Amino acid sequence: MGILDFFKARPKNTANVAKERLRIIVAQERAQRGSPDYLPTLRRELLEVIKKYVNVDPDAVLINVERDGDHEVLELSVALPEKGTASGAD
Amino acid sequence: MTEIIVVTSGKGGVGKTTTSASLSVGLAKRGKKVAVIDFDVGLRNLDLIMGCERRVVYDFVNVIHGECTLKQALIKDKRYDTLFVLAASQTRDKDALTKEGVETVLNGLREDGFDFVICDSPAGIEKGAALAMYFADQAVVVVNPEVSSVRDSDRILGLLSSKTRKAELGEGAVSQHLLLTRYNPNRVESGDMMSVKDVQEILGIEVIGVIPESEGVLAASNAGVPVILDESSNAGHAYEDAVARLLGESRPLRFIDATKKGLFARIFGS
Repeated sequence: MGILDFFKARPKNTANVAKERLRIIVAQERAQRGSPDYLPTLRRELLEVIKKYVNVDPDAVLINVERDGDHEVLELSVALPEKGTASGAD
Repeated sequence: MTEIIVVTSGKGGVGKTTTSASLSVGLAKRGKKVAVIDFDVGLRNLDLIMGCERRVVYDFVNVIHGECTLKQALIKDKRYDTLFVLAASQTRDKDALTKEGVETVLNGLREDGFDFVICDSPAGIEKGAALAMYFADQAVVVVNPEVSSVRDSDRILGLLSSKTRKAELGEGAVSQHLLLTRYNPNRVESGDMMSVKDVQEILGIEVIGVIPESEGVLAASNAGVPVILDESSNAGHAYEDAVARLLGESRPLRFIDATKKGLFARIFGS
């Protein structure tokens, strides 16, 4: 470490790093909170079924539970591959 | 009306028992009739912090099993005669606590005219912690300004708003208060520690107290005298403030500013 680096080396503000990391992970965990425990399994099984017919990307299946007043809506979205690249599995 | 307050955190070692002891002493000091219950079955410790470990004859589980009366199990504090401790059982049986059993004990305390019941939760999110929070009207969430403690607390906040009787009956949320412990204003100023504001922003709940990191806390637990009784300790004063806020008084936060360094310290470091 050169002498200039010594003067330049300001201690890093680790508290800000902690806050930023927490902000992200807490938001992510809150979003998952309250959703039924079976969602990850449901998503995986749906993906297997879809893959029998369309060769989709594992990330292409999005599954979500939305609360709308008194009832819950299970939202499912599957992004199909673009035409031309699609190949049905046999 | 009996107010049931759970002292909880998720993470261990952040100061739940220290906080339970000081809050209950502080409330009793103000003339309230208080019971403080150790929910940490198998790892009894509140009795040590309260200084009554040698007077434990019956415990929480004995009452639940009908092996003694509630009155027999309540240990009267030597300092305040409106303060009672209910010790945790040292059994290794994890199912010793039941929801019905806990409810019976809490109802007994209601009938006896207690103003406050402080439930000292064990760490984690298992049965003991779940039961400590289940019947609560209010929750004091103890947090250290440190990443794992903050994250675990947020998990606890989620459970408070879904896995409590109030939530299940749709009676609104358990009111949640943030109590920061081991706060070091100098480290906050130098950017090594998250500030009260940072933690509050992340968790989004109101602050009931900030307890500065203090040598007094260890000294107090060594002696079995809750730190709130230590007039010379800032931590004690900060707990005093938290009790006042719990009772609805508004008090500004103290001990959150860095101590000004003298010229000597600034030149030679500290």
